[in-house]
Amino acid sequence: MIRMRITKREPLPKWARVVIPIAAIITTLILSAIPILLAGGNLWKSYYYLFYGALGTRFNLLETFVKASPLLLTGLAVAFAFRAKFWNIGAEGQLLAGALAATVLGVSLGGIPGVLVLPVIIIGGFLAGGIWAAIPAILKTKLKVDDVVSTLLLNYVMIHMMGALLFGPLQQPGSSWPRSSAIIEAARYPILLTKSRFHLGILIALLAVLVIWFINKRTVFGYRSKAVGVNIRAAQFGGINTTAVILWTALVSGGLAGLAGVGELCALQYRLIMDISPGYGYSGIVIAMLGNLHPVGVLFSSLFFSVIIVGAHTMSRMTGVPTYIAEVIQGMALMIMLIFLLFTEYRIRVVRK
Amino acid sequence: MTTTQKPIASMSSITKRFLDVTANSDIDFNLYPGEICALLGENGAGKTTLMNILFGYYTCDEGEIFIKGKKAELSAPRDAISRGVGMVRQHFALVPSQTVLENIIIGTDSGKGLFLDFKSARIKLLRIQKKFGLQVDPDARVWTLSVGEQQKVEILKALYRDVDILIMDEPTAVLAPAETVELFKTLKSMAKEGRSVVFISHKLNEVMEIADRVVVLRGGRVVAGRKTSETNIKELANLMVGRDLLERLEKKKVRPGKPVLEIENLSALNDKKLLALKGLKLVVRKNEILGMAGISGNGQKELSEALFGMRDPIEGTIKINGDALRLGSPVSVIRLKMGRIPEDRIDTGLMMDLSVEENLILENHATPEFQRFGMMNFKKIHQFSEDLIGAYSIMSSGRDAVTSSLSGGNLQKVMLARELGGRPAIVVASQPTRGLDVGAMEYIHQRILQERECGAGVLLISEDLDEIFALSDRITVLYEGVIMGDVPVAEASREQIGLWMSGVTR
Repeated sequence: MIRMRITKREPLPKWARVVIPIAAIITTLILSAIPILLAGGNLWKSYYYLFYGALGTRFNLLETFVKASPLLLTGLAVAFAFRAKFWNIGAEGQLLAGALAATVLGVSLGGIPGVLVLPVIIIGGFLAGGIWAAIPAILKTKLKVDDVVSTLLLNYVMIHMMGALLFGPLQQPGSSWPRSSAIIEAARYPILLTKSRFHLGILIALLAVLVIWFINKRTVFGYRSKAVGVNIRAAQFGGINTTAVILWTALVSGGLAGLAGVGELCALQYRLIMDISPGYGYSGIVIAMLGNLHPVGVLFSSLFFSVIIVGAHTMSRMTGVPTYIAEVIQGMALMIMLIFLLFTEYRIRVVRK
Repeated sequence: MTTTQKPIASMSSITKRFLDVTANSDIDFNLYPGEICALLGENGAGKTTLMNILFGYYTCDEGEIFIKGKKAELSAPRDAISRGVGMVRQHFALVPSQTVLENIIIGTDSGKGLFLDFKSARIKLLRIQKKFGLQVDPDARVWTLSVGEQQKVEILKALYRDVDILIMDEPTAVLAPAETVELFKTLKSMAKEGRSVVFISHKLNEVMEIADRVVVLRGGRVVAGRKTSETNIKELANLMVGRDLLERLEKKKVRPGKPVLEIENLSALNDKKLLALKGLKLVVRKNEILGMAGISGNGQKELSEALFGMRDPIEGTIKINGDALRLGSPVSVIRLKMGRIPEDRIDTGLMMDLSVEENLILENHATPEFQRFGMMNFKKIHQFSEDLIGAYSIMSSGRDAVTSSLSGGNLQKVMLARELGGRPAIVVASQPTRGLDVGAMEYIHQRILQERECGAGVLLISEDLDEIFALSDRITVLYEGVIMGDVPVAEASREQIGLWMSGVTR
């Protein structure tokens, strides 16, 4: 009889942390052939247009960055939280909280000097997302409420709250659609490159990578959040205020997701609509895992995701393969990454008897 | 019961290793029909490991098992259960939200096709309950039951599966005295029926009362087998704790100074919300090692956690050098300079997935020396950790080595380096050498003695009597949350301490 046993393996060397996500992405792309073929697509043509659509022209390339910026911010948000084992599944709700705050401010800030409008909106959106994430963090630390459940459920609370506001006080006067009035001109993110939608939010997202990397690597807080994530009991034993660490982690994590909402609102939509986010918050979880919770990893995995999403449109137009293929590929990427990560920690031993 | 009988279960030359610890070493063990056999030994002696092997929960690295005369390959508990071996472990395997009856038929083939056959299961259960006097309501949900009742459910579970061999792992640890009496009745009636019981324990009184035969384990080896009719508590105590001194340590003469640790009226609950420390009073002086002997589970964990700031006591005061600790606050303990060696270095002491350096700086990473405006000063931190790695000769691939790649002895050195590096006023070390090899043990003993000579007071909580006798200036024993006595090492006898440890006062 043959039995399989799963045993823990020795820690892998550092290079494995780079090689494994790359291997996962390559595997994903190879396995993507199956759904593409099932959808009746010509394989090479489909792959060609997938990448051409995302990277082939200047506009497409910049469009890929536009798509990547909310994914990068939510990915960072999740990665930062997960590092301290604060299981923030609520980036979607925090993103909406940020967008909501930006709407309220962006519609009503006409009275203050123009240069102050954007800083106020950015800070406001960050705080809104942060506070929305701090609620489950307080519940977790004070009442031991499971953070996976509370962060997830608060997404729905936020979506429906937003719906109520868009049909109520925030609804554009005279409109019958659930949408807000447009934000004022000064509240819009400037476009940084001509003939494109490459906006300030992308720069903010890239800056966030640097900031998070710096916090993780160089600061006392980064050390503490890592310690809390690795062994909360030992961190407490060593005199770290674990409650404070989790709260601050939640605040920053939610704030980053909130910034994603601000970007979508102030750079692309200019007014709040119900489907301001096609699930960026949830994609952020996948991106964080694929990026191995490292800010630079998150940068690359969010770019990979936006290539797939943007490219899928061109592929669909040219080959008839539906754009839903992008979501299939995203799902596969997560599963394959999780399987790969499992094998970095465990090995299967076959026992013959 | 005679030894000329054929054993119902026989384990020969069993060896089991875990990473760097040998839990069982070349053990032979026989169990005969109709006997209650006690496995006696201190914690870590290998009793539970041996029985986990017989129950198929672990597989042994070397050795063979025969059950009812046939060679048995056990790779999972179900292999053991199908051969008639049952085990009631210290942590029950029950589903709290289900009823007693539902819990008992889990995993049995009780049913017709898709449906469970509750009716005949209930009849069978009631018959067993009547026969052995195990009264529990079959329809009660398990979470509503007391611990003693839950234990009955576990025994019923085994009997329902018709076991001939029942292993009980420290069954009385969770029971009130009256429940213990009841349990002993049940076990005796099982033995009378021809079934065999293995009774794992370290309580001498109980072993003498319930067992026909005692097998004593120490350090993963069988040291003796005795019939209870032919031995006495004193002999068993000696066998259990061993006589041989490990090493001759050079202990300098120093005079104890003023009190550095004063504990007054300390009471604390354990995780099950039961009183684990009952108004404890204790003083440790400068230049003195107070050895606290006792079998774990008698309040040692709660005491060390209360001292470490990891458990909020219900009452009492703790003073270090006259300053009162803020109870339940590790920060306060660190500030008053207590060096803390927790017994579970992997869960509480160290962050196994971080580097050696990150572990070394845990308690002072936020001091002005190592950070400015929230930014870490890595130059100084590297210097600091490399100094400590050198001073405590920690064998690793360097300060960046992942802590989990270190051996047990080196893990403990990391622990010591962090906790003793800052010249503590008082050292509280809980089981500091458990699971370590002789070399590492010796090193740690020397370090502890060194602290004593440098003017610290040391509270050494240990189950290892050799260690207690070799290091201590005074010896005290903790039993069921109470101090049994306090005696200078020169006047202490092993017999006396062994008796105190099993709750016998004289």
